[in-house]
Amino acid sequence: MSLRMPDANPRVIARRDEIVAGLARIVGERWVISAEDELRPYETDGLTAYRQVPLAVVLPATTEEVSRVLTFLHEEGVKVIGRGAGTSLCGGSLPEADAVVVGVSRMSKVLDIDLDTRTVRVETGITNLAVTGAVDHLGFFYAPDPSSQLACTIAGNLAMNSGGAHCLKYGVTTNNVLGMTCVLMDGTVIELGGQGLDMAGYDLLGLMIGSEGQFAITTEATLRILPKAEGARPVLLGFPTSSDAGACVAKIIASGLVPVAIEFMDEPAIRICEDFAQAGYPLDVGAMLIVEVEGAPGEIDEQIAKITRVAKDAGVVHVREAKTPAEAAAIWKGRKSAFGAMGRISDYVCMDGTIPTTRLPEVLVRISEICESHGLGVANIFHAGDGNLHPLILYDINDPDQLHRAEVAGAEVLKLCVEVGGCLTGEHGVGVEKRDLMREQFTEEDLRQQVAIKDLFDPQWLLNPAKVFPLDVRDAA
Amino acid sequence: MSDPRAESHRPGDAAEVAAIVREAAAGAQPLEIVGGGTKRGYGRPAQTQASLSTELLTGITLYEPSEMVISARAGTPVAEVEAALEAENQRLVFEPPRLDSLYGSAGEPTVGALAAMNLSGPARVHSGAARDSLIGVAFVNGKGELIRSGGRVMKNVTGYDLAKLQAGALGTLGVLTEVTFKVLPKTETELTLQFEELDDARAVACLSAALRSPYEATGAAHLPAEGDRAARTIVRIEGFPGQMKHRGTMLAQALKAFGRPAELRDEKSRSLWRDVREVAPFLSGAETALWRASLPSTAAAAFVGSLPEGLVRRHVYDWGGALVWLETDPAGDAGAAAIRGALPGQGAHATLQRGPAELRARIDTFQPLPETLMRLNRGLKAAFDPAGILNPGRMHAGL
Ligand SMILES: Cc1cc2nc3c(=O)[nH]c(=O)nc-3n(C[C@H](O)[C@H](O)[C@H](O)COP(=O)(O)OP(=O)(O)OC[C@H]3O[C@@H](n4cnc5c(N)ncnc54)[C@H](O)[C@@H]3O)c2cc1C
Repeated sequence: MSLRMPDANPRVIARRDEIVAGLARIVGERWVISAEDELRPYETDGLTAYRQVPLAVVLPATTEEVSRVLTFLHEEGVKVIGRGAGTSLCGGSLPEADAVVVGVSRMSKVLDIDLDTRTVRVETGITNLAVTGAVDHLGFFYAPDPSSQLACTIAGNLAMNSGGAHCLKYGVTTNNVLGMTCVLMDGTVIELGGQGLDMAGYDLLGLMIGSEGQFAITTEATLRILPKAEGARPVLLGFPTSSDAGACVAKIIASGLVPVAIEFMDEPAIRICEDFAQAGYPLDVGAMLIVEVEGAPGEIDEQIAKITRVAKDAGVVHVREAKTPAEAAAIWKGRKSAFGAMGRISDYVCMDGTIPTTRLPEVLVRISEICESHGLGVANIFHAGDGNLHPLILYDINDPDQLHRAEVAGAEVLKLCVEVGGCLTGEHGVGVEKRDLMREQFTEEDLRQQVAIKDLFDPQWLLNPAKVFPLDVRDAA
Repeated sequence: MSDPRAESHRPGDAAEVAAIVREAAAGAQPLEIVGGGTKRGYGRPAQTQASLSTELLTGITLYEPSEMVISARAGTPVAEVEAALEAENQRLVFEPPRLDSLYGSAGEPTVGALAAMNLSGPARVHSGAARDSLIGVAFVNGKGELIRSGGRVMKNVTGYDLAKLQAGALGTLGVLTEVTFKVLPKTETELTLQFEELDDARAVACLSAALRSPYEATGAAHLPAEGDRAARTIVRIEGFPGQMKHRGTMLAQALKAFGRPAELRDEKSRSLWRDVREVAPFLSGAETALWRASLPSTAAAAFVGSLPEGLVRRHVYDWGGALVWLETDPAGDAGAAAIRGALPGQGAHATLQRGPAELRARIDTFQPLPETLMRLNRGLKAAFDPAGILNPGRMHAGL
């Protein structure tokens, strides 16, 4: 393990029994987990290389209970790690030995659906897909669609400002939230926004979203839902090389079309996903794009014709339009199961940098050079329309040296993203994984300005404290 | 030497901005931050004599059409950015208003002020606010440090989102020196369906029905009857010609309970929406007070109906009813108490968008916040501008 976590506070560890008893008094014994074996499922998240069993896990059922839990832990000076489904890929929900995990999994109700204002009010423990599930029969959907949407919660999405395949058209989480109920570390409940647009005062909603659970525990949210398009259809485009596919992405956008999604897979990724999902992906190409457009049948035909023309100019060698809903679903199934499929054949670290799309061809070449120089394989699957890359660097978890090399290669890839004008993370968040790289993107002044906000919301740094910033930044500020 | 308290600074680059702010902070010297100076009629009147103008911080610094992103220094006229986009068949998707006729101002609105005010036009109902398009900012905080947040790529969750925080903060949290917006291709054509003689409640129901449909209404407004002009309820769709034909027919069908709409095309449609965006053409005069109320659209008509008889001279609904413009007499509190007292729903708020300086100084121009939120707002002000020198009191007293 190459990332250092702060030493546990012995005073807190020594008071473990009292803390557990105090929590049980608030939520009932049943909803406090303290037995070692029952804590195991909470010891890690999607960044499985790092593990730490927490002091305890508490599962409150209401905002009021969350408030009482935080008031109590604040008085006790105990750290708090918010947790949704634990799918974070950056170690965002990684516990600490002297911290209590506050999970919102019991708070998963849909509280209100209002089609006239096109909003839903939910408790944040609901899964992303369940939000769409609740309005699907009404012809609506919730737009941000991370590939993990079956499992991940709105709480995690809000904390990470999660994106998805369709955010090219519909934006990311922060563009689809109107209100939030949050509990500050001292137990104060605050309401941000609501049904009115552009909240009064400073945009605390915009600030809270993407703050990685460092400002508050969020318990409810008002989300924007959208009427479903009349129809949608993906088209598969295969190219001889990754560079050709990359160049085609820029050309599609320059042509004035905005597809709802442009997804990219290179040859290793195609092979693995095809093996897993039998989606009918072409196996004789160097890279492929999935481009999806929406509208009525005629509108779709017109857009796909235009995209195909652009792709021809860019040297496309394989074009396949989904003719039936089943074919469309198969095309997406391959993409959405990509990380799982990859996980069956190898351990991997999933990078998440964003780059300006015009640099795509060159960056893809340099990524494979970087991984090769460390003796590691790489597969690329990502949201190409917005430049958000997901190189999966393959390694063997039983070989500590390989993990180390994968992390070094990953860091080099992210530095490359920053160097060409992009950023360290497009949607997964900083967490512990990219914490120590923050100085690649930000100056000391930039970091101090951010830390000053953390100080305001959580003066004692009890909420998810060892994330986002290099550990020495707080001391310097 | 002139009185430093009355000095007007015109820095030529971000480093000069930082130097001026550092000096002002050291001397506890408040600064009014000015872009094109066209929105001095917005917010509480400046309580400073010294000013810092961004007028020399001009120029587009990055425009990459195939990445759909544009960056410009804060003092760049919005018109210059729009012209550059136009040349590549692109646009700012939140339809920024100019509001010069509203304020009777000369001069050119700047992109920095656009971001600082989070100003969005009718398309906001479909495409989000200025803050949703604003993906990167550089600003000088109240300590004179140059800070960056976000950047030129549209997917970026690295660190806290300070761009959102600066949007709408009216320069009280920093002097914006450069802003980056994501942009979209221009749509080829637009079509407006216009229904007549609906009362407010029916009109908002019609707008809701349009926005609930899959035909992607990009504008949804209601202009109540005025004199011998019948009430107009208007819904806009945009796209390529074939699309407009299909969607226009389908949408009219979906809204047939509200009557048979007239179809406005091309310049007729564009000029009507320009008027909605600028709102001034629908007001009775230049000297009145104008409120902007943001609330759940479903409550909008009842809210207006519940206001005391005679308080409101004219009113207009935009954003499907989620935005209500209310023109009132500037006497007394110009209706502040009545309007705010009638606001329904969590998170609804009313802002005095325009009014005499004397009135803006006297009443709460912005919606008063609950104490828990006010405490966080004050804390943020202190975190960005500990000496309290940037546009102090322009937004809320004490910020
Ligand atoms: C296979 C796979 C595919 C993925 N695909 C995508 C993708 O396409 N797009 C994308 O953006 N992400 C993706 N992710 C990452 C991950 O799913 C998202 O970050 C997601 O939002 C995490 O949600 P969660 O409920 O699992 O949160 P957790 O992992 O439990 O927590 C995430 C963060 O939120 C904080 N948090 C949790 N609950 C609260 C709360 N109530 N209050 C305050 N803070 C809280 C945690 O402390 C942590 O920092 C993927 C992950 C996997 C494993």
